[in-house]
Amino acid sequence: MSTVNGANGIPGQARNDNVEKVDFSSDQEVRWCPGCGDYSILKQVETLLSQSGRKKEEVVFISGIGCSSRFPYYLDTYGLHGIHGRAPAIVSGLRSVRPELSVWMITGDGDALSIGGNHIIHLLRRNVDVNVLLFNNEIYGLTKGQYSPTSPEGAITRSTPMGSTDHPFNPLALVKGADGTFIARSMDRDPKHMREILARADAHRGTSLVEIYQNCNVFNDGAFEVFTEKASKPTHTLFVEQGKPLTFANGTKGICIKEMKPRVIDIGPEFSPNDCWIHDERDNFKASILVRLFEDPRHEGAFPRPFGVFYVADRPTHEEKLQGQVKRAKELKGIGDLDTLLNGGHTWTIG
Amino acid sequence: MSTASPKTKAVEERRNVVILFAGDSGDGIQLTGSQFTDSSALFGNDVSTFPNFPAEIRAPQGTLAGVSGFQLHFGSVEVWTPGDQCDVLVVMNAAALKANLHKLKPGGSIIANTDGFDKKNLRLAGYIDEADPLADGSLAPYHLHSVDITKLTRAALEGLTLGMKEKDRCKNMFVLGFINWMFNRGMDNSERFLQQKFGKKPDLLEANLRALKAGYHFGDTSETFTTRFEVKPAPMPKGTYRSITGNQGTALGLIAGAQKAGLDLFYGSYPITPASDILHELSKHKNFGVITFQAEDEIAAISSAIGASYGGALGITASSGPGIALKTEAMGLAFMLEIPLVIVNVQRGGPSTGLPTKTEQADLWQAVHGRNGEAPIPVIAASTPIDCFDMAFEAVQLALEHMTPVILLTDGYIANGAEPWRFPAAKDLPAIVPPTVIANGDEGAVKRSLADLHDASGKFLPYVRDERGVRPWALPGQPGLQHRIGGIEKQDKTGNISYEPKNHELMVKLRAEKVARIADRFKPIRLDSGPPEGEVLIVGWGSTYGSIRTAALELQAEGHSVAHVHLRHLFPFNKGLGPLLKKYRKVLVPEMNSGQLRQLLRAEFLVDAQGLNKIQGLPFTSAEIKEAVLSLQRS
Repeated sequence: MSTVNGANGIPGQARNDNVEKVDFSSDQEVRWCPGCGDYSILKQVETLLSQSGRKKEEVVFISGIGCSSRFPYYLDTYGLHGIHGRAPAIVSGLRSVRPELSVWMITGDGDALSIGGNHIIHLLRRNVDVNVLLFNNEIYGLTKGQYSPTSPEGAITRSTPMGSTDHPFNPLALVKGADGTFIARSMDRDPKHMREILARADAHRGTSLVEIYQNCNVFNDGAFEVFTEKASKPTHTLFVEQGKPLTFANGTKGICIKEMKPRVIDIGPEFSPNDCWIHDERDNFKASILVRLFEDPRHEGAFPRPFGVFYVADRPTHEEKLQGQVKRAKELKGIGDLDTLLNGGHTWTIG
Repeated sequence: MSTASPKTKAVEERRNVVILFAGDSGDGIQLTGSQFTDSSALFGNDVSTFPNFPAEIRAPQGTLAGVSGFQLHFGSVEVWTPGDQCDVLVVMNAAALKANLHKLKPGGSIIANTDGFDKKNLRLAGYIDEADPLADGSLAPYHLHSVDITKLTRAALEGLTLGMKEKDRCKNMFVLGFINWMFNRGMDNSERFLQQKFGKKPDLLEANLRALKAGYHFGDTSETFTTRFEVKPAPMPKGTYRSITGNQGTALGLIAGAQKAGLDLFYGSYPITPASDILHELSKHKNFGVITFQAEDEIAAISSAIGASYGGALGITASSGPGIALKTEAMGLAFMLEIPLVIVNVQRGGPSTGLPTKTEQADLWQAVHGRNGEAPIPVIAASTPIDCFDMAFEAVQLALEHMTPVILLTDGYIANGAEPWRFPAAKDLPAIVPPTVIANGDEGAVKRSLADLHDASGKFLPYVRDERGVRPWALPGQPGLQHRIGGIEKQDKTGNISYEPKNHELMVKLRAEKVARIADRFKPIRLDSGPPEGEVLIVGWGSTYGSIRTAALELQAEGHSVAHVHLRHLFPFNKGLGPLLKKYRKVLVPEMNSGQLRQLLRAEFLVDAQGLNKIQGLPFTSAEIKEAVLSLQRS
């Protein structure tokens, strides 16, 4: 099994290859449309969990509403299928009181960025320790084909017959803006890469947000084709790896930073890979540029779309701080005594 | 502090006194009022208070909109309300007089700060042609005492290095000192309070102490005041007392409930008037395993509490009407999941933003009916500040033992009001036992073997029910109990998604039945006062308790056949309520809304209940209740 080395050289996934594999699938029939990208994600998550050596009862999946949010039913772990957009808040409460559990949040582009937009940014700034898998298919699937907050401007959908008038979100720029501490992108059609990224996300303490390009073959088929198909993938995608130069198109092109701006260069007589931007996922400012490489691939000279782990930062988790205050209060005042509390310290006696 | 020669002035005894402090919202009126309340309670009086303040933090100075008031009723007899009308009115400016004069009894005393009656203040208060009521004889029906409190305070603070603004802020302590003198009170409690508040700021401490003493001495030496009043201690039941507001009571009741269940408490909330003090109080008690989470909005507040309950803590959220409206969808989820959750609504005037700092009981229908689908949630209500403790404790008990969200209604009036509380001993509070199921074979409160909780193939059944219809609480982390729950309709017992028509009908009924059966545990219904059958039954709920009780006792003393029952359980109702209603010829339902309980009673019991409805953001006076009973009797 492959590994992805983090900035600290932490092998994200090498840990439990000798552990007996546990089947994490539940007895429930999976009910996504045949051909849906969700199947691939479910399979990679199952594989990751079964190889992680983690006990089923220590894992909790929380979701909102949407096709992706049915995910918890298909795993034999604890699961809570919540309400639309509110999974981040449910997660925050759960993690506050049960910091020892492994918590995963499954959400989609509508759930996380439209109805739940307020919650996701606060989850990120608080840095609650959870693995967030954001299935982005740029469409509303469960409600049958309306445009989503990530649909491109002009998208013709059932609710926008003349084209969407909304400018879309750049999800990872939003995540960066909210000071997310783990920012990554992967795709349903690249299971190996996805598994590696999921392992990294799982290893990170804090909110790990992985945007996964997921094909909705019923309402938005081919939305990410240019990034996933063999012919166009090399020139339109950029797989970033820690400490490695940013090259693409089978090593024939690279990206450098000149005058504070990223530029595409041809690797050859003039430039070598050493002239390229070397990826450093701990670099806050470079990460801000990386998430902004988000041009429409149809445009002439568009930058390739990056995939991989863009940014990792260490920041104490919200639940650590909450629990820390409880612990400190107990040390300072002693474990609460109910009679003392009821008395309140300011009393008088009659009789 | 030595109390100088009271012999020189007469001391008149009073059974009870209502005093209203009023001034600009920046005058420190609330502090003066609550401090004098504290001293009176410590002295042994029974007390009841009504703080009444504008929604704006610093409303335009000197205007009627900016008037803040604090009404205190204290007595040598039991008092149940802050009083219909006041005996003493302390006004810091012209607007305070204009806004409150109608509340003063004929012959009552006015203590007016003359500095607040200059031309500007008179104009702002809307006195025509700036006519000064202190000088024009219009206050002749009252005992008027004009005192230049500002000047006297400044004089007392002469030589201190404080700025004029800071000196003028001490006016409220001058008033407190004077009132202490007027009611023959020692100064110990007031001085102790100032030491605590300003102990680390010696110059402010000195200034406030000086102003306090100056007020006291002014009463002693000024020739305008010839009489002091004395209100002897009330014959309260023996015991140890403290003072408590409704919001404090709610917070303590919630903590006590969590402690009695052996659980950590998670409180998710978003600041809103008048509920925020519950958050402030709870956040002080983290050493009880209390986690307070100031969420990004009302929806996140309740959703985080649901997440915490799912994890095995006691999840709680609180708000007021507009915030409760936002929580509605998540309440439906908690109901559907069948997990414990307490939702407190400290009601205020509505609809929409309504009257944020005024009181109302208009969210009853919202609590009982306000969800999509059929989602009955138990609704209980507190009637006094002390009762907030008892009902918060009961809310926890019902939520945990019956695996359901529970709505507790209080309101701004009792949330901010205070009364003396003979607090219970922790050992006298019952243990709370949730149906937690533990995988290692100790099934906790679930009175079944673990085998009963699994199907033939050994799969855990999260929605199998006990004889009360309650499902087990299986927390994440327990091996072999993994299960999935959600807001989608679920199959009976397994909890798996099910759209099967008959299953849905069954589940709707099972959930409703579980909530209905909660009434089985209620104690038999009990009259608050009056004959077990007769002419008129007054049915009240919530914060109208004090005025209804006062009115009912007076009517009974006058020989009327009037009884009073006060409902704490609004859904489901006490099983004894139906039969009780039939024992009286007429039923009167006073409410601070247009008749919400009345309509529920009519629908449930086919009773011709009549309403007395006040929708002014203000509590009833007992006189209003009395009048309504008498006119109903006559009809």
